[in-house]
Amino acid sequence: MRSYLDLVSISIRSKMQYRSSFLMLTLSYFLSTFTDFLGIWILMDRFKTIQGWTLPEICLLYGVVQTAFSLAETFARGFDMLSQYIKQGDFDRFLLKPLHPFIQLAAEEVQPMRLGRFFQGLLVLLWGAITLHISLSLSLILFLSIIGTALLFYALFVMQATLAFWTTETLELANVLTYGGLEVSQYPLSIYKFWFRQFFTFIVPLGLTAYYPVYTSLPWMGLISPLIGGLLLFMSYLFFNQGIKRYQSTGS
Amino acid sequence: MISLFMIYFKRLLQYRIAALAGIGTQIFWGVIKVMILEAFYLQSVGKEPISFSQATLFIWFGQAFLQLLPWNIDKEIEREIRQGNVVYYLLRPVPLYVIWFIRALSMRLAPALLRFFPVLLCAFLIGQLPFPSSASQLMVFLFSILLGALVGAAITTLVMISLFRTLSGEGIQRLIPHVTLLFSGLFVPLPLFPDSFQGFLNLQPFRCIIDIPSRIYAGVIPEALWMKHLLFQLGWLFLLMLLGIAMMQKATKKLVIQGG
Repeated sequence: MRSYLDLVSISIRSKMQYRSSFLMLTLSYFLSTFTDFLGIWILMDRFKTIQGWTLPEICLLYGVVQTAFSLAETFARGFDMLSQYIKQGDFDRFLLKPLHPFIQLAAEEVQPMRLGRFFQGLLVLLWGAITLHISLSLSLILFLSIIGTALLFYALFVMQATLAFWTTETLELANVLTYGGLEVSQYPLSIYKFWFRQFFTFIVPLGLTAYYPVYTSLPWMGLISPLIGGLLLFMSYLFFNQGIKRYQSTGS
Repeated sequence: MISLFMIYFKRLLQYRIAALAGIGTQIFWGVIKVMILEAFYLQSVGKEPISFSQATLFIWFGQAFLQLLPWNIDKEIEREIRQGNVVYYLLRPVPLYVIWFIRALSMRLAPALLRFFPVLLCAFLIGQLPFPSSASQLMVFLFSILLGALVGAAITTLVMISLFRTLSGEGIQRLIPHVTLLFSGLFVPLPLFPDSFQGFLNLQPFRCIIDIPSRIYAGVIPEALWMKHLLFQLGWLFLLMLLGIAMMQKATKKLVIQGG
């Protein structure tokens, strides 16, 4: 853990070297992801509610999912490079160091500018929370479900990257679970068809980490969220280890 | 010129696996977006500008022809400008604008041609894509989407030319796709935007690419106004190309080649 934090701080500092470029990028992430919210706002402006949810309520859900996605995305980018390392045989390097490759990869590339999305989501979340005068217990639930959902998205990024041990190429199609999951879970899960709801509750449990805690505002639902997120992250870790066993170097 | 187009076109057709993955992704997004819109329409009380079945057409055409939108540029061009290789183009007998426009057009058309049919077929099979009401409507639609592809290529070329000035503008470059998708009606069909925005939305060039063809197919634009909208597309096409040629002339005059 200690070495993970050291490596992460090195990666962050290297990104901040060019301060103005870093700020521009953060700002552009903030603005570009804000268009996601514009899409929701336009529809809510025309139709007023969706299955009884009003705009501030949707904002809570949206804020949870967007901030969680951003946290995962910021810290999971190192796994994106996995397919390249495998292709070039560079993954050997990770196996030689006295630290688990999972942690090395996790710290390899941290992109703090992606937190532009985090601030955008947080702003929307705060607006919704202030408009609704939410209670302290609900704020805690929101906080917990951000953590749970972030862990879950992180696990999805890891699993998507780990597939490269079998396929060598990164599968773009797996984006439907990450970016698609983000889009899906911005709206109440109840608007979707039955099979679709089941899928996002039991197979990719975004519903359990984000939708149900916000919808029911039950404390135990809030507590379950990080547990489920953590469980999936652990599963992704096991999957990753399975992948390493498959790894054959390019042998040059 | 045609041979130039074919060269770029064939090169892009190589990426069939990427196209296959793209088709799957597009269908997935289409299904999600239709479900979301359905939930909104189910409890709509007033009269909406377009009906639900018309709105699904906008979604499916958006997914099928996504690649026509000027949301990205050729990474290779960026490299050529950075490394100075762009100078070789200036030695060729064909004007640089023409070469780049054709390159942009093939870059827009090749992936779109690979993807649109399976996506639309899927929409048809789940009963969300009706036949056009007449042969003439289909013809006008096809003509309109072709004009849309040309407008998409013209905007792409403009972005490429702007690289001469803003090579380092990675922040701006990141914004372009989102602005494009928003104003093209990919996030939400343009007719569903707030009424006060409609005046502006109806004049901006991004609606030429997918929005106008969709409106023609969905019957949102009455037959009497088809001609007017085609002329609108044609007008933007000429304007954007003139602007591109002018910008290119200015940029190449100032071009500094890294000697090496």
